[in-house]
Amino acid sequence: MATPEPVAAIQPPPPPADATHEFPLPPILQRSASTAELITQGAEGRLYRTTWLAPDRFCALKHRPSKPYRHPTLDARLTRHRILSEARILQKCRREGVAVPALYGIDESQGVLSMEWVPGRPVRVEVNEYLQRRSGKYPGRARDSVARDEEGAAPLVGLMRRVGEAVGKLHKAGIVHGDLTTSNMMVRPWERNKKTGPINGSHQEDDDDTEHSLEGEIVVIDFGLASQGSADEDRAVDLYVLERAFGSTHPRAESLFPVVLEAYKDTFKAASVVLKKLEDVRMRGRKRSMLG
Amino acid sequence: MAPLYALGCEGSANKLGIGVVSHDPATNKTRILSNVRHTFNSPPGTGFLPKDTAAHHRAHFVSVAREALKTAGLTSPKDLSCICYTRGPGMGAPLTSTAIGARTLALLWGLDMVGVNHCVGHIEMGRVITGADNPVVLYVSGGNTQVIAYAEQRYRIFGETLDIAVGNCIDRFARTLNIPNDPFPGYNVEQLAKKAFFEEDGVTKREPVLLDLPYAVKGMDCSFSGILGAADLLAAQMRKQDALLASGGTLKEGEERITPQDLCFTLQETVYAMLVEITERAMAHVGSKQVLVVGGVGCNERLQAMMGLMARDRGGSVYATDERFCIDNGIMIGLAGLLAWETGFRTPFEDSTCTQRFRTDDVHISWRSD
Repeated sequence: MATPEPVAAIQPPPPPADATHEFPLPPILQRSASTAELITQGAEGRLYRTTWLAPDRFCALKHRPSKPYRHPTLDARLTRHRILSEARILQKCRREGVAVPALYGIDESQGVLSMEWVPGRPVRVEVNEYLQRRSGKYPGRARDSVARDEEGAAPLVGLMRRVGEAVGKLHKAGIVHGDLTTSNMMVRPWERNKKTGPINGSHQEDDDDTEHSLEGEIVVIDFGLASQGSADEDRAVDLYVLERAFGSTHPRAESLFPVVLEAYKDTFKAASVVLKKLEDVRMRGRKRSMLG
Repeated sequence: MAPLYALGCEGSANKLGIGVVSHDPATNKTRILSNVRHTFNSPPGTGFLPKDTAAHHRAHFVSVAREALKTAGLTSPKDLSCICYTRGPGMGAPLTSTAIGARTLALLWGLDMVGVNHCVGHIEMGRVITGADNPVVLYVSGGNTQVIAYAEQRYRIFGETLDIAVGNCIDRFARTLNIPNDPFPGYNVEQLAKKAFFEEDGVTKREPVLLDLPYAVKGMDCSFSGILGAADLLAAQMRKQDALLASGGTLKEGEERITPQDLCFTLQETVYAMLVEITERAMAHVGSKQVLVVGGVGCNERLQAMMGLMARDRGGSVYATDERFCIDNGIMIGLAGLLAWETGFRTPFEDSTCTQRFRTDDVHISWRSD
């Protein structure tokens, strides 16, 4: 054998002929005159910012298109199940006082869910920008982990505390998120001197230009994989997933993860059992890579 | 500077693979000079046991190594820079047997040794073969199920199985159905699943039936043991139906006749949908458009096709290799070892041990600086 024969990328089948828009809009938006801006294509759904509900009010519309790779029977079952469960869980969080987007409407047969637009940016972005600013300010520390007592760390520690509190409240309400990452938490800026404008904030001016910081309320989003339950095991897995998300997405902020756990403990009475279970889950994680 | 050569020895599971690979640090060109593999297959209905597998590796090490060297056509073993072997993860006894072989060669020829993480070997081989430079990696095999992305000189694990590996789930279900282990159980399950369409001359005679199996995804993690349990129950129900029909009875009204084909089809559709879903979630999370599928299960055509459909919708692309490089082999160990050797990494002889547990993110990827 000589030089390895290159194995080309797999050619995906050509897109369907009727694909005019990059992504076809969900039917509900095709018919209405409202604006729709694709914000993100997550794994499961596409999130649009629309004025579908009222012209002066932004609304987040989540569309779960059917997945061509999935068997149609399985796909229909999963989409329906997940959208109904997401709606129920949003309602429950709302009742229990957990900060989540308010539910506006649902059409499970079309795979559409509409909810309040949360201004601000994901925790992931804020933390990464914080770490970048830190590397700029102290180039010597660029590759070091953040220490709790280092100069300028207070806002990040504060944010980690609020993350822990948010997760604690969520678990207290009997909800397990199922996909806790720093992408699935928004930092909603505290309401400053209330401006006029859309009730739920975020006008264009507010979006790109103003300086963002770590200050704000943590709003947990994307309950697509959430479930209702109070099993300590599931709660521990939630924390484990979040811990690993910190480790893999912001390795330098992982050193502050104990702050999240402390705040979690202060917010949620049954936390000690969960934290014990977390040890088990971690151990299992370490043992997991067995055979080749 | 001339290209460097390395010999890689892999024996973490039931394949003994030895190969010679060369890498030119100046041009970053990789060449494969030989890739020899000998697989231990146990009879249908059984799995490979550590003891028997280790005996197999010991029995074949010399002949496989000889063939690898002969095919490579090196003038002298002294042309090699190092002997690379799999340090882990894997089954203890087979790992140890292979390491002893590697140590013997290193002493015989006075060469450096490099202990290699098996998973990192798969990733580096996949990157070289496909040319995907910074993909999200789905590593799926009989022992591992991980979604990996590179950041700051580590291959970081974003998602993985919470219990057994996907390949283990498929292999064990193959055992339930008494499907042969040769060439490998997953291949035979795939062939049976294709027959669920009952195609004749390219025309589908019957749509396959998707039976009810659990679907277990938690964020970027997933779980397969419950699925295996449920599939085993369905297989038991099928055998009851067989017995009932053989004794002249009839099925209850509305009861679906379960077939091995539908079972294999359902298992594949379910577990591969889960894998594609967690991969897509990781892509969305890290903002990547490339996917690289490595590991033995990565040869599965249905998984590759499903991944292709997912990537198309995200405007990305899928990279996969064929069985020469997907399935455990020696050159992947040789390549990853040589890359480490070039940055000054050595495994001292007295530390040339093995470990059954060796996480992908434990390895410092000194040869990448992006």
